[in-house]
Amino acid sequence: MTVVRDVVADPPIPAVPSVDDAPETQKIGWPHRHLLDLDVVTWPEIELVMRTADAMREVLARPIPKVPALRGRSVTILFYEASTRTRVSFEVAAKNLSADVVNIAVSSSSVAKGESLVDTVRTVEALGADVLVIRHSVSGAPALAAETFGGSVVNAGDGWHAHPTQALLDLYTMRQRLPGGSVAGRKVAILGDVLHSRVARSNLWSLTAAGADVWLCGPATLLRGFERWASVGAAGRRFHVTSSVDEAVRDADVVMALRIQRERMASGLLPSLREYAARFGLTAERLSLARPDAIVLHPGPMNEGVEISPDVAVGAHSVITDQVANGVAIRMALLYLMASAGARRAG
Amino acid sequence: MTADEIRRATVRLSHEIVEKQAGTEGLALVGIQRRGVPLAHRIAAAIAEHERTDVPVGALDITFYRDDLSLVAQQPVVKGTDLAFDLNGLTVVLVDDVLYTGRTIRAAMDALVDFGRPQAIRLAVLVDRGHRELPIRADHVGKNVPTSREEIVHVHLAEVDGEDGVDIDRISAAVGAAG
Repeated sequence: MTVVRDVVADPPIPAVPSVDDAPETQKIGWPHRHLLDLDVVTWPEIELVMRTADAMREVLARPIPKVPALRGRSVTILFYEASTRTRVSFEVAAKNLSADVVNIAVSSSSVAKGESLVDTVRTVEALGADVLVIRHSVSGAPALAAETFGGSVVNAGDGWHAHPTQALLDLYTMRQRLPGGSVAGRKVAILGDVLHSRVARSNLWSLTAAGADVWLCGPATLLRGFERWASVGAAGRRFHVTSSVDEAVRDADVVMALRIQRERMASGLLPSLREYAARFGLTAERLSLARPDAIVLHPGPMNEGVEISPDVAVGAHSVITDQVANGVAIRMALLYLMASAGARRAG
Repeated sequence: MTADEIRRATVRLSHEIVEKQAGTEGLALVGIQRRGVPLAHRIAAAIAEHERTDVPVGALDITFYRDDLSLVAQQPVVKGTDLAFDLNGLTVVLVDDVLYTGRTIRAAMDALVDFGRPQAIRLAVLVDRGHRELPIRADHVGKNVPTSREEIVHVHLAEVDGEDGVDIDRISAAVGAAG
């Protein structure tokens, strides 16, 4: 996993244009052929995704929630890791845009016979895929796929590295719920297993670009590398690291709990889940330190009673089901923008 | 066209639409984004003035129904659909600023029938510039403007552009300004 650590410890941190002087966004197009992470996506482009997702939500509210925008395009969904919501969300999104969807279950595919990722990608392309949605347990696997694949690659989560569509739907959900529709200047606490979290890493890009005041919080063993990232600093980005839940949650506008990723956890990082829950779990008592109208997010799936208590997960502050619903609109927006960018290249 | 000519054409369209429907019963106006929407509201205001009845007005964004995504130079920015009434059984008059190839109207009809089953769909445009590529014609036309394909018709409406007016440019002088 040394490769992963390199990626995590020393990312280039570009300066962000101030949210206030964002250029006229009406003319901004979507220039990206692939979506691997949000580090290369500018703030005006993120706003374009948000506005396009607004239109997709209107489509989803129709009697027939389907438009022909991607008719004749083929979207292949290739997941090397277990998933319910992300996989189904991509599938529903593609079908709502009238794309043809192919789902590859890795356990019953030639991958089980030892086919390499690159060979699988070549095969998928030869079978006519225009867009490849990929999830993989190894960081960088979608980037490798993008080197081979002739169409567009969407990263649906790779190892510890990135989960860009999750970060975009998180941002969308926050803007929907926060008064004024903006996260600029808002305190966002991200709580839990930061080390293994691709969700936290992608959210760092989009939330700091949006002007949020981001606090990462977890046991010191699960924050390794982030102190340095935070200390580097970058113009316009506000980013703090702490092991004190109280400090992170106090007066927060948004609290995001992260799943403890037992499948990625090396031994020795946590004494026990029980101790973790007692010291770092998001309980109603801890949440009471946040602002009275704070919202609670969780990327799912939840370990209720570990990183989040059941009453908080379904409580009045929770927007976790909104996240799932917004995920479809965000993924429709991205598939649409990427397909029209692809059509421009071809045309 | 001057602002006065646009105003008179809009009022005449409003009379024609009501005359054809023999009243305002079962009538609805749907403007096509972008300049069809303010036009639809102007026609509805004119109908309200001479018929003392408000007809429902909606907005239709056809971005997701276009057949020429790859030909659009700039990323089409979605402006939103707003149809807050039930279309079933209504006579829906689509309203747009310029009728040209007919492809926008084709897409608009596809979009409209996804919302319900209107009794009839009619078409009202401010300017018909010819050069149809599909078997589509307008029921109500503000002004027929013969053009060549090398020309671009710009409709300006105060709600969008700050002033009213229609002018025609040569394509070479207007590249990048097309709406």
